[in-house]
Amino acid sequence: MINKQVNSLSEAVANIFDGATVMVGGFGEAGSPVELIHSLIDHGVKNLTVVSNNTGSGHVGLAALIENKQVKKMICSFPRTANSMVFPELYRAGNIELELVPQGTLAERIRAGGAGIPAFYTPTSVNTSLAEGKESRNFNNQEFVLEYGIKADFSLVKCDKADRYGNLTYHATARNFGPIMCTAATTTIVQAKNIVNPGDINPEEVVTPGIFVNKVIEVNNPVHESSLVEQEKRYPW
Amino acid sequence: MVTTDKKTGWNRAEMAQKVALDIPNGSYVNLGIGIPEIVADFVPKGREVIYQTENGLLGMGKVPNQKDEDKELVNAGKKCVTAIPGASYFHHADSFTMIRGGHIDICVLGAMQVSQDGDLANWSTGAKDAIPAVGGAMDLVAGVKRIFVITQHVTKQGTPKILKKCTFPITGKQVIERIYTDLAIIDVTKEGLFVKELGPNVTFDYVKERTESVLKQY
Repeated sequence: MINKQVNSLSEAVANIFDGATVMVGGFGEAGSPVELIHSLIDHGVKNLTVVSNNTGSGHVGLAALIENKQVKKMICSFPRTANSMVFPELYRAGNIELELVPQGTLAERIRAGGAGIPAFYTPTSVNTSLAEGKESRNFNNQEFVLEYGIKADFSLVKCDKADRYGNLTYHATARNFGPIMCTAATTTIVQAKNIVNPGDINPEEVVTPGIFVNKVIEVNNPVHESSLVEQEKRYPW
Repeated sequence: MVTTDKKTGWNRAEMAQKVALDIPNGSYVNLGIGIPEIVADFVPKGREVIYQTENGLLGMGKVPNQKDEDKELVNAGKKCVTAIPGASYFHHADSFTMIRGGHIDICVLGAMQVSQDGDLANWSTGAKDAIPAVGGAMDLVAGVKRIFVITQHVTKQGTPKILKKCTFPITGKQVIERIYTDLAIIDVTKEGLFVKELGPNVTFDYVKERTESVLKQY
């Protein structure tokens, strides 16, 4: 029997190793797998390269992972948001690397990584400083920049419903990077608000087919990152 | 010089209203963070416009009451929004397929600087200690059919934002079609910048004094 459900958050992240590349879903707090990230903080591995749109806020979730000195490099499109102070401070001090990628290029690099496409040409960033040093090519009298697909060792994703096969649905704009990150990692680890029986998710409504998912953990009442930030919480608690 | 007892130029809401008037019925529109967000409040009666937000929603509706907020239903500025009946959610690669693939008709963006050639700078001051953050701006200017910029005519320090050449790192080269400021609406053409409309009690010379680029009149 295939059963991707695991029983604890620590079991979910147990295989994540030093130096791994980890994709972390979320657009701000929407879709951020905060419980999985906190479990990764408890797990304690270092020198991670993290691919995520932002760098977290306050001192919880992704910001806490960075603050705990577990992240060597961030690959993201928007490393500052309201209440983000951890990353800016480390970055200004030269203690964390940043690869800044336009948001659509980031998404396409992840999609390509998951789809077996090593590289692609895009019009985004042509004539800007973000295209400096990159190969370019002219198609039909327009310039394009070469960008590479990204693969990860692990993806951490938050979803709404999951079943034991790893079929997933998402909630509203918490979907964001989740479906593409699920495809681009060797091991995809998902926290689901509810784990339901196979068949309870209508096949027409499955967003991520189970083949892209390796582990599912049920987290019924996920925290709201912004509430934790408002309460000035820090992780580890 | 303009007298001080009369209102000079447009306020933010009026600027947004001017942009809204130029958005045709049936358009798919992406609104940037800041002043662009309020454009949605001024769609003229009888027109239907669909708003896309690049974090994965087509059919973005009004800002909800606080009690109805869903922290996972947000816009690109990470503010809570609603979804209209007939809306759809999608992942980021699909969202940027809409944007980069030329499926969005109009994008309204804010600006730090614009140039007379239609270059836009709105992602970084390039300062050494600045944290660069680009988000979706470069994808939007690369892929959306028409780019409108809405901005104050001068900086908080009173210096021009419409320059011969941007001094900040650019977001895109020759991408802007029209600039809406508190003082004027300016078309970006191959022959240069043309003032299309002046704000209330604003003269052409008044705008010219506050613009570094060459400004022309139709």
